[in-house]
Amino acid sequence: MPELGKYAGAVLGSWAITLGLLVLLIALTWVQARAAKRKHDEIEARRQAGQRAAEKKR
Amino acid sequence: MSALNQRTKQARDNINWIWEWANPVKFMWFSGLVLPYLIGLTVLVFGTGFVWGFFFTPEAENFGSSVKIIYVHVPSAFMAISAWFMMVVASVIWLIRRHHVSALAAKAAAPVGTVFTLIALATGALWGQPMWGTWWAWDPRLTSFLILFLFYLGYMALWAAIENPDTAADLTAVLAIVGSVFAILSRYAVNFWNQGLHQGASLSMDAEENVADVYWIPLVIAMGGFMLFFVTMVFIRTRAEIRLRRVHALELRERMADA
Amino acid sequence: MIALMLRDLRLAIRAGGGFGLGLAFFLIVVTLVPFGVGPESDILARIAPGILWLGALLACLLSLDRIFQLDFEDGSLDLLATAPLPMEGTVAVKALAHWVTTGLPLVLAAPALGVLLNLPAPGHLWVFVTLLLGTPALSMIGAFGAALTVGLKRGGLLLSLLVLPLYVPTLIFGAEAATRAIDGFDNTAPLMMLAGITLASIALLPFAAAAALRINLR
Repeated sequence: MPELGKYAGAVLGSWAITLGLLVLLIALTWVQARAAKRKHDEIEARRQAGQRAAEKKR
Repeated sequence: MSALNQRTKQARDNINWIWEWANPVKFMWFSGLVLPYLIGLTVLVFGTGFVWGFFFTPEAENFGSSVKIIYVHVPSAFMAISAWFMMVVASVIWLIRRHHVSALAAKAAAPVGTVFTLIALATGALWGQPMWGTWWAWDPRLTSFLILFLFYLGYMALWAAIENPDTAADLTAVLAIVGSVFAILSRYAVNFWNQGLHQGASLSMDAEENVADVYWIPLVIAMGGFMLFFVTMVFIRTRAEIRLRRVHALELRERMADA
Repeated sequence: MIALMLRDLRLAIRAGGGFGLGLAFFLIVVTLVPFGVGPESDILARIAPGILWLGALLACLLSLDRIFQLDFEDGSLDLLATAPLPMEGTVAVKALAHWVTTGLPLVLAAPALGVLLNLPAPGHLWVFVTLLLGTPALSMIGAFGAALTVGLKRGGLLLSLLVLPLYVPTLIFGAEAATRAIDGFDNTAPLMMLAGITLASIALLPFAAAAALRINLR
């Protein structure tokens, strides 16, 4: 750890907040992206199942 | 075809390939391919900038060790503005060429830009505290970022409030464009407004001081890291938005088929 | 155009609430300020021009959704869209009507309300002038915000969130122009900027607002 002297609080605080907020954003994004992928795959599967059923009827 | 016409057609074909990527399917394919490398590169550059800036830079005159804050404050501030600029360009492309990927990319970029703005504000305040003895000062630069933060909030709120995705895309695009004009105007207004109080006591370092290589090089790397972070996040979020849009369309179709 | 203007004016005055509410709100805000900051006359005198500007701005904000909402709901906006008057003209006229029924009364009331806040002598003239120059901008910018949110059921709060940041330059230049004049300094710069904002808003925003309305009417 470098000598931060009297500005230690400011420097460490800044970096902590930066990393903290970025990590929060990454976490949020990851959760949202995963949910989107899940919903997408579910509804695609339903659609394809429906299509296959319609094909069979013909 | 004359030689000139041929060359023009060739030039236009060369440029037009960009619009191919606007196709959502192509974008998904391309972004999926590139994403792992993008993430790796982001971690590398960002990490380097961070470590170098934090551990391996000396103290500065007048600033002491607080100069290290520039490695988070400056890149985040720069990206906060760049992100908005990208949103405006994407909005214009959407309005003119109706490429859905463009509209969704703008929507995807907004939260990232908002976080950058917050970081700029927080680090600015943390830097200001030891410098000026106060947690917040209506310094023109900080104030402008506060206003930018409000613009970001309004943009995201409008997207969230409107049900129809295309209408939302259109209205938020118009808001982004008009908002930009007012954001720039506000910058001048705030500079004017604060003339009396903190003459010259602006927060960022002067260009002269930035010239010192020992600070400049890690700063450039840090900026690169933030930029890559932005691109990576926008890619990931746009992919999610594209998927959600398809889900919305398919759900509508399902509902109509049932009806 | 004139017919539309007169119709809007009549509606605003008749449909009770449109007309007096803004004024009443202005009065209430100005009354509340001393309760919040204390009754010392020199403090009030110092912040009076800013408070008057802020109060007028907020009072303007309240009545913005009426510009398009009622017409949107009963279908008249669709009719206006197909009328021979271009949408931009419709927007401009409606913004003007809003200014006449909301902004102008605020401008006229401000010097009187300034008395409650110990507004120093030259302030009465300057608050009047700056508000006169600036309130049309508030109406026009507000009309743009209203056009964006016209399709929403409870767009009121969102409208405020969108419009208030847009109001910042007008507020800064307007309040600065008044304050500087009161303190005896030259206020040409902010005054010109204020006038510039108003003129530019009136000239350019109708296009943006009309675009937003067309999008919402689809």
